[in-house]
Amino acid sequence: MTYQNRWLLPVGITEALPKEAKRLEKLRRQLLDLYQTWGYEQVMPPMIEYLDSLLVSADKELDLKTFKLTDQLTGKLMGIRADMTPQVSRIDAHYLKHRGDIPNRLCYLGTVLHTYPDSFTGLRSPFQVGAELYGHKGVASDVEILSLMLETLHQTKITEYHVDIGHVGIYEGLLQQMQLYPTQESLLFDAVQRKASTEIKSLLAEWGIPPLLKTMMQALIELNGCEGVLQEARQRFEHATTKVHQALDYLDALSQHFGHVDKLHFDLAEVSGYHYYTGTVFAAYIAEHGQAIAQGGRYDNIGRDFGRARPSVGFSTDLRALVSLQAIADSPTSAIFAPPIQDNALLVKINGLRQQGHKVICGLEGQQGDANMMRCDQMLQLIEGKWQVVAL
Amino acid sequence: MLKIALSKGRIFKEILPLLAQAEIEPLDDPETSRKLILDTNLKDVKLVIIRATDVPTYVEYGAADIGIAGKDVLLEFGSQRLYEPLDLQIARCRLMVAGFKNAPTPRNRLRIATKYINVAKQYYAEQGIQVEVIKLYGSMELAPLVGLADRIVDLVETGNTLRANGLEPLEFIADISSRLVVNKASMKMKHKRIKDLIQKMQLAIDTKN
Repeated sequence: MTYQNRWLLPVGITEALPKEAKRLEKLRRQLLDLYQTWGYEQVMPPMIEYLDSLLVSADKELDLKTFKLTDQLTGKLMGIRADMTPQVSRIDAHYLKHRGDIPNRLCYLGTVLHTYPDSFTGLRSPFQVGAELYGHKGVASDVEILSLMLETLHQTKITEYHVDIGHVGIYEGLLQQMQLYPTQESLLFDAVQRKASTEIKSLLAEWGIPPLLKTMMQALIELNGCEGVLQEARQRFEHATTKVHQALDYLDALSQHFGHVDKLHFDLAEVSGYHYYTGTVFAAYIAEHGQAIAQGGRYDNIGRDFGRARPSVGFSTDLRALVSLQAIADSPTSAIFAPPIQDNALLVKINGLRQQGHKVICGLEGQQGDANMMRCDQMLQLIEGKWQVVAL
Repeated sequence: MLKIALSKGRIFKEILPLLAQAEIEPLDDPETSRKLILDTNLKDVKLVIIRATDVPTYVEYGAADIGIAGKDVLLEFGSQRLYEPLDLQIARCRLMVAGFKNAPTPRNRLRIATKYINVAKQYYAEQGIQVEVIKLYGSMELAPLVGLADRIVDLVETGNTLRANGLEPLEFIADISSRLVVNKASMKMKHKRIKDLIQKMQLAIDTKN
């Protein structure tokens, strides 16, 4: 590597310079404080662990996203975490077993690493932050997690968002009735994700799916919008299995809790994200940003891989993305410059100021630049035998 | 504000009647105007004129809410991150493998010249054939003639250019037509507006056929 490009970072890897680092840290503390007031305990899972425990539910996408290396001590494959949710589930299922079946509220934050860059942000190292609620099956825990996700956005001063809610059970219920082969399932899943109605029509015709099911699958991709969607879904899925109706009941109950949020929308075809979701799925969008900025859902089986299947619901977002969307100007900070003079009285004064929370920058003997260039707006001066802070 | 990304030329001309059905009419002609963003009769609707292959990118990033792109472009781009609600049934053709008729299969790996490298790789992988793909930007028909490749993967409309160069369409890969693609966030945040547009265009397509 030549001197000229030695500063280059790998594709999709970023670092935070002072201004951004300050914002990131500020929001990080703010969110951790918020989660604490809601009773969410922070956990710090390791950066790297055995692949077996990182990859759960045979999730191919997560597998592809995970960097792998061999443990020289055991010869086993290890992975660098690409998603912290399975790690936190492992902690709940195993290490917190002694707490019994009470609900556990956990939150986490840290850098994760992806093998390929996110198509939208181009990043391979998002700063994942999220919260998970284990041990409760029912609308109440969905409501809590969704509310906490919205509160996270509010703390970030993002107010113009749009929340989309779906339920995996609806798609799965329809799928069960169709009895497709796995390859057909993945073709259909892909087309449903794109709401590609022509493609869905021709696939279902090709596979000889009965007309009733065909119309219902076609309806699925059209069922999105405000609350009226649920009523419409009742009519259009009249002949669907109980699984579909149970999912609709669940969404009904959920929407009643959120009567006050006018930004709540439904998209019954949205089953996106990692494959471990088993119930409700939700995502928050903002204008001019083609991807969800926060997402979550219910996944009741993930703990089974660790010996304790617990109902769970959670959400996560990327701290870097949130910070980049924050529309707040940096408030100018105040700093006091201390001249490079050997004096005990000056040292005492500096320590006193620092204890009060002021920023004091000590000048260094023979240094380049004065107080102004060091971005200080005040300075310590000896006036009538006393060190005093004066404005510059 | 609703931004619609599309390319000029044939697609633009064919899309005009469909847009008119949705009560959208451009005020400028992209062939004569040098503007890249065209105003329409509706104050809050603009047409963004870009290269066809750039349409999915603009729409994915939300630089345009809606786009009109060929299925060939979408297949190559990998369009899972866009909604693709409407087949506009214009600019129809087929994506095919072409080459010399009855040419012997080479002993080594087949060399395929194409601008659709992802589609070509995936197609041959599905056939269980390992191939070497050579990316070209135009005049695919030339590649087999000069020995650069054994086959080509390209759009075929009438097959006349192929035949004029002694080549034949050999294998069918996909039916191609223009699709309406929508940015995921726009579809949610400008839901009413976009759904209305889709319905009107759908109606126009149905009556046309």
